[in-house]
Amino acid sequence: MTVIKTTYNRRSFLKSSAVVGGGMLLSFNWLASCNSPQPKSTVKPIPDNWFELNGFLKIGENGLVTIQSPNPEIGQNVKTSMPMIVAEELDVSWKDVVVEQAALNTTLYTRQLAGGSQSIRKGWKGLRMAGATAKHMLKQAAAKQWDVPVEELTTKEGVIFHDKTNKSIGYGEVASAAAQLPVPEEVALKDVKDFSIIGSSRKNVDGHKIVTGQPLFGLDTQKEGMLIAMITHPPAFGMQLKSVDAAAAKAMPGIKDVFTIDLFGKDQARGFVDATAYTKLVVVVGNTTWEVLNAKKALKIEWEKTGEHSVAMKNFRGKVEKKKIPGALESSDVHMSQMKELGAKLAKEVRKDGNPDKAFKSAAKIIERSYSAPFLAHNCMEPMNFYANVTADKAELIGPVQTPEYMEKTVSERLGMPLENIDIQMTRMGGGFGRRLYGHFLLEAALVSQHIKTPVKLMYTREDDMTQGVYRPAYYATYRAALDKDNNLIGFHVRAGGIPEGPLMANRFPAGAIDNYLAEDWSVASNISVGAFRAPRSNFIAGAEQSFLDELAEEMGKDPIAFRLELLQRAKEKPVGENNDYDANRYAGVLELVRDKSDWGKDSAKHLHRGVSAYYCHNTYVAQILDMVTISGKPKIENVHCAVDCGIVINLDAAKNLTEGGIVDGIGNALYSGLTFKDGLPQQSNFNNYRMIRHSESPANIAVHFVESTTDPTGLGEPPYPPIMGAVANALYRATGKRFYNQPFMGDKDVLG
Amino acid sequence: MATFNLTINGENKQVDVDPNTPLLWVLRDHLQLVGTKFGCGIASCGACTVHIDGTAMRSCVFPISEVGDNAVTTIEGLSENGDHPVQKAWLEHDVPQCGYCQAGQIMSAAALIKDNQNPDDKAIDAAMNGNICRCGTYTRIKAAIKTAAKNS
Repeated sequence: MTVIKTTYNRRSFLKSSAVVGGGMLLSFNWLASCNSPQPKSTVKPIPDNWFELNGFLKIGENGLVTIQSPNPEIGQNVKTSMPMIVAEELDVSWKDVVVEQAALNTTLYTRQLAGGSQSIRKGWKGLRMAGATAKHMLKQAAAKQWDVPVEELTTKEGVIFHDKTNKSIGYGEVASAAAQLPVPEEVALKDVKDFSIIGSSRKNVDGHKIVTGQPLFGLDTQKEGMLIAMITHPPAFGMQLKSVDAAAAKAMPGIKDVFTIDLFGKDQARGFVDATAYTKLVVVVGNTTWEVLNAKKALKIEWEKTGEHSVAMKNFRGKVEKKKIPGALESSDVHMSQMKELGAKLAKEVRKDGNPDKAFKSAAKIIERSYSAPFLAHNCMEPMNFYANVTADKAELIGPVQTPEYMEKTVSERLGMPLENIDIQMTRMGGGFGRRLYGHFLLEAALVSQHIKTPVKLMYTREDDMTQGVYRPAYYATYRAALDKDNNLIGFHVRAGGIPEGPLMANRFPAGAIDNYLAEDWSVASNISVGAFRAPRSNFIAGAEQSFLDELAEEMGKDPIAFRLELLQRAKEKPVGENNDYDANRYAGVLELVRDKSDWGKDSAKHLHRGVSAYYCHNTYVAQILDMVTISGKPKIENVHCAVDCGIVINLDAAKNLTEGGIVDGIGNALYSGLTFKDGLPQQSNFNNYRMIRHSESPANIAVHFVESTTDPTGLGEPPYPPIMGAVANALYRATGKRFYNQPFMGDKDVLG
Repeated sequence: MATFNLTINGENKQVDVDPNTPLLWVLRDHLQLVGTKFGCGIASCGACTVHIDGTAMRSCVFPISEVGDNAVTTIEGLSENGDHPVQKAWLEHDVPQCGYCQAGQIMSAAALIKDNQNPDDKAIDAAMNGNICRCGTYTRIKAAIKTAAKNS
């Protein structure tokens, strides 16, 4: 049993406050809304009185528990898994739990952000504490009522027992008394072995609403008097608005107004969530979507080149720096030549172990390979949108955003309105993948509403969304290996870069496993806006590195898994250098698990073209084996075997689902997807020309195995995604005899070759 | 503008709109049936799939003037209480991640199993390839369709 303090992040986690109404409440200054629960998931009716024990939960007099899910839900299923952690420590039956999306409240919750696969990892301690503290207070209330020592009480599924006197009482019956007690200074947490909710499989709490089409997403927002707004942004990077003739559009049916907005005030410095290439936009506002869509087409707009310019950016420490933005209209063929040219030159040294120069000079054989990947659009299925109702003294903003806390500050600064007058409400998001970390669309909605003095729902068309930017950068990496005359690996060199930033992870494997190691980084400035995309940087470098290791193993005459394990053994026993960013034991653990679960090397798998890959990112270890067959030149993925070490698994089947999704997404991007440019103009603008993986291209079977663990949990939204690209490349080689270096490996083609 | 009398989920509805308005926007903006989703506007992603006279159609490119007397069924009208075999199978397999595309996936799947009670992988791929899921729930969807077909 672990005993923990109830203060957290230097502030008291739980506080008492005044009695409100008829109930005894221990509450915070936040909206205790009581949404109706799902009809099928709960047995108990909604109680008349709720007793708030802390900011995460309240208990009804009949024992029904409402648990707040603090973080944005983007499909990673935290709205189910985070409350599961609270329920576990509270010791209630999951069927008596109702989940609500918490309001944005920066004093109550610590990190209301979806990003970096950190919701569970960073929420773990606080969520457990919330449940355990409430349980302790309920037990104290019962102990007082029965006049027995609290230590003699036990709990099970929402009931408190005193075995000596054979008494029992439900949580709901002591909730009122418990809410009056002072918050304990420390509480005991459960032992991992006693978990009954954590580690089980619980259905998505929004499942029923999703399959019956109930309003859940930002785009589903409907409010009295609400108008529809759309923007038009420049068609190409390096272009800006010159003039707009809105006469025809304004005269069209249902159109209220056409105007322009400036996203940022003069000299307003932008933070990382403010990424966008387009800061002056044309806005059409009207009654209905169809009318606005038609008027948008009738706009006569002149665009002009931006030329080279600079913008004021705030870095992570809040310091303002001028960032120079190039003016050229960029094209993908030029990008590729630039990347090849820089990839062949000396770049910025980021890490050096031993004497790589000498190792390469004395090598009997040098293997050098280069890899590339294009820009990618996030393509969340729900296009960017936000609802805004901005009045003179208040801004109500509702919609899908991964960074509500940060966007609140941007809006406050731009509107000149105090933070406390800005209310951002989180809706379920139709995908995030990093795209909604950058909330320019929220700011746009606020500015439109302020201008037209009406509530508006701003929405992007798919074309607006796909051509807006905030892309995954284009990447390029060159790997070199030095082998001595006995075919031993004596030197390793990676030089990686990108437009406008590189993918290098200098301290990741195989750093630490090779005596002579060099990592270099370069980049090319660009006016194409980029942002975090599911496992930034890792989403390319993992595949490149794991393809290269595969080729290296073959060159050295070694089994690809045995070769990796050999390197990891070296990193375990006698690590090279400093700051190695991985645990070699856990890394080897997932490789061994996937090897054992997949019949690797056995006769039963002889007919399959198998590619292996393993990677560590966002605190989680993943290894994968992908089995491919080819049918009339078309690759078909039969199986993906996947081993994951993310510590304790919270919601088993949902964790498998998320892992499967990362795998499918990665296969799609490795084989098919890419965004290219000609003179600044994105060449793909909708799903008819931007190829996404579809049903028939998905693996027939995916088997996910978790390493059994009592280590604190880490995230899953990103880690299963990067390595699969290496597994695809390595399986393609076994299937075709040809190595694939440039993503997307198939692009528009259906047949290999 | 013109007046259209529609049968949506078994109910008669009257709307006064531009005849070219796609059914999707009539559903979402005029009838507040927001379960049918907007994804691409060019019939390339399947998020807006509804049944028109029992056939799966992309409502984002289907003009309201073409609907005529044909009965329209949306996700909200697929079953009384969310108990259509496809909806039940979706919950059993806990298919959704973000959930945005799933109404369209479910409508395509429901149309498939109405015509084919024992769809194999090939039939499922053929019927479902027009529905994109960015979260990558394809393997679960396939399994759920097989469960739904068995239970219908």
